[in-house]
Amino acid sequence: MFKKMLSVAAATAALLAFQPAAPARAADSVEVLHWWTSGGEAAGLAVLKKTLADQGVEWKDAPVAGGGGSGAMTTLKARMTAGNPPTASQMLGYAILDWAEAGALADLTPIAVANHWDSAIPKAIQKFATYEGKWIAAPVNVHSTNWIWVSKAAMDKVGLPAPTDWDSLIKVMDKAKSLGIIPLAQGGQAWQEATMFDSVVLTTGGADLYKKAMIDLDEGALKSPAMHTAFERMAKLRTYVDPNFPGRDWNLATSMVIKGEALLQVMGDWAKGEFINAKKEPGKDFLCFRFPGTQGVVTFNADQFVFFKHGSAPLDAGATKMATDIETASFQSAFNVIKGSAPARTDVPDTAFDACGKKAMADLKDAVAKNTLLGSSAQGYGVPPAIQNAMYDVITKLFNGQLTVDQAFAEFPKAIAAAK
Amino acid sequence: MSTTALESAAARRAQAGWRDRLQDWLPRIVLAPSFAIILLFVYGFILWTVYLSFTKSKMMPVYKLAGFDSYERLFAQPSWYMALGNIAIFGILYVGICIALGLLLAILLDQKIRGEGVLRPIYLYPMAVSFIVTGTAWKWFLNPGTGLEKTMQDWGWTSFHFDWLVNTDMAIYTIVIAGVWQAAGFCMAMFLAGLRGIDGEIMKAAQIDGASTYATYRRIVIPALRPVFLSAFIVLTHMAIKSYDLVIALTGGGPGNSTELPSTFMYSYTFTRNQMGVGASSAVIMLMTVAAIIVPYLYSELKEPVR
Repeated sequence: MFKKMLSVAAATAALLAFQPAAPARAADSVEVLHWWTSGGEAAGLAVLKKTLADQGVEWKDAPVAGGGGSGAMTTLKARMTAGNPPTASQMLGYAILDWAEAGALADLTPIAVANHWDSAIPKAIQKFATYEGKWIAAPVNVHSTNWIWVSKAAMDKVGLPAPTDWDSLIKVMDKAKSLGIIPLAQGGQAWQEATMFDSVVLTTGGADLYKKAMIDLDEGALKSPAMHTAFERMAKLRTYVDPNFPGRDWNLATSMVIKGEALLQVMGDWAKGEFINAKKEPGKDFLCFRFPGTQGVVTFNADQFVFFKHGSAPLDAGATKMATDIETASFQSAFNVIKGSAPARTDVPDTAFDACGKKAMADLKDAVAKNTLLGSSAQGYGVPPAIQNAMYDVITKLFNGQLTVDQAFAEFPKAIAAAK
Repeated sequence: MSTTALESAAARRAQAGWRDRLQDWLPRIVLAPSFAIILLFVYGFILWTVYLSFTKSKMMPVYKLAGFDSYERLFAQPSWYMALGNIAIFGILYVGICIALGLLLAILLDQKIRGEGVLRPIYLYPMAVSFIVTGTAWKWFLNPGTGLEKTMQDWGWTSFHFDWLVNTDMAIYTIVIAGVWQAAGFCMAMFLAGLRGIDGEIMKAAQIDGASTYATYRRIVIPALRPVFLSAFIVLTHMAIKSYDLVIALTGGGPGNSTELPSTFMYSYTFTRNQMGVGASSAVIMLMTVAAIIVPYLYSELKEPVR
């Protein structure tokens, strides 16, 4: 008995002694936390996996499903609290800056300088990829949110020219309604209603009002008559929605447009993935326009990857390769063709993209030049999450008839102030 | 001979003493790990949450005390009042209807009917389904575009109208419907067990005395079920207060915020809105609500002598 115990103890000791001698990582590897689990997204990520595999970097997948990444962010908080962060994580907007402020993110500046990120990535996105002059995130794409996705078949039935401003949009939707087509396919979830509200503010007061009210939270702009008009228009849009919209997911609303049951949907360009998956072609089966009256402005939502510090050690080889690969033109093109977004680098050729993709890239360049590339407040690129959700509360209550236009107009600045 | 007998007797005594001691200690040793785990992971984290509710924690916990700041913010949120109003409606109706329906089903099943063995599990099975499944199934069933309303209209009853799920004023009642569907069978099982425990002689005596069936139930059976009522009440109340998954699956808190409950409020403020302090304070308020209901019950239970 004693002999047996002794041998067990010896074996344990041997194991313990051996462990530090073994290399911490046999080969380069990266563990990546993300929420790109649906078809098109996963296919896009596979491009990155393959690129890294070719360089001998092992990919350890840590997916947490759930749109918008709230589940993934909860997981990340738990892992950070436990002192066990992944190599890298997908991340959005203010969360990046919050984590940078907490001192958790690795400095990517050397990689960024070597690969000229500064000149290629729009300044508005850099605001969320740099902290105190250091690069702390690698932007993958630019989704723009002020799009409308139109069913070609339904539009042909309506027989009117493409809407270019608010009044022509209303005309087109009225006509569709009279023909028995649902004019507006809307998913009844707060973030979708808020995404539409971003565009409504833009078309009502232009980039100037949007920036002042929805990003700078300027009291005067929030209480201006133009915002009242925006709320009125939001209430007007409510009349074009079918009665069963509450709780509907965005992709179900998209499929209403795909089937031609509904005329159009206001949604970010991830909706294009649904059309492509349904084997629909842009220009032939569906049309993509900027939300009427917002041509020249782009409200964006950019997916980025951040890398975590592991003690005081510098970024390891695997993470360095991954950060470098993300910003190569070939990856940016291959990934974004599949994902439906525009590349975060503006120097990527648009040859591989479809009509809507080419338009997205051209619009992006145009907006960068005009300084009208603005963060989407509904998508967490305009205001911090607490305020973003306070906005959601008022917008969704208005859209669901719990508040009148006047009440919503009065409540909106109050809710924002309370969340500050 | 006598010495060996003495020795063996002493050895036996020593062995018995050792065994007694082990028997004494065994339960404590076995329970110690789970006790320690519960102490840390339940009560420890309750205290941690209470502490966080007095800080200005945003995305990650901070430990600098900030007084009642979070509570002031909490009670300045219109959606918190919405959540409180909804939990009152949901809690009262859910508990009330479950108990009433459970009791009725139990009394009907207790009439020595044929096929009880088949009927009982049919009523009980919804309990085996998770709230997510219940919520999703009822979402499809109650959605005017896909479920009941559409079916009725397709069958020719074109004036049929049932849009509670998408109506901001009525949506909270759809959660009551789904919740009752799930838990009523469980209540029935509890009451049925209670009914089977009532002495048949008393019932017979009442019958001989000429009491009507109604009077028998009202005067004898229901009073005798008092402990069952209490258990059902406690179980259902805490299920109502912590119900989260049902709301998320059925309405997602909408339309608008018309089905917000304290539990959904707590989750969204803590984890998606980066206002952990406010989330923690709402959790503390929920805990105090539960305690206000459970503590009097525990008190009365502990005071009563063990029968």
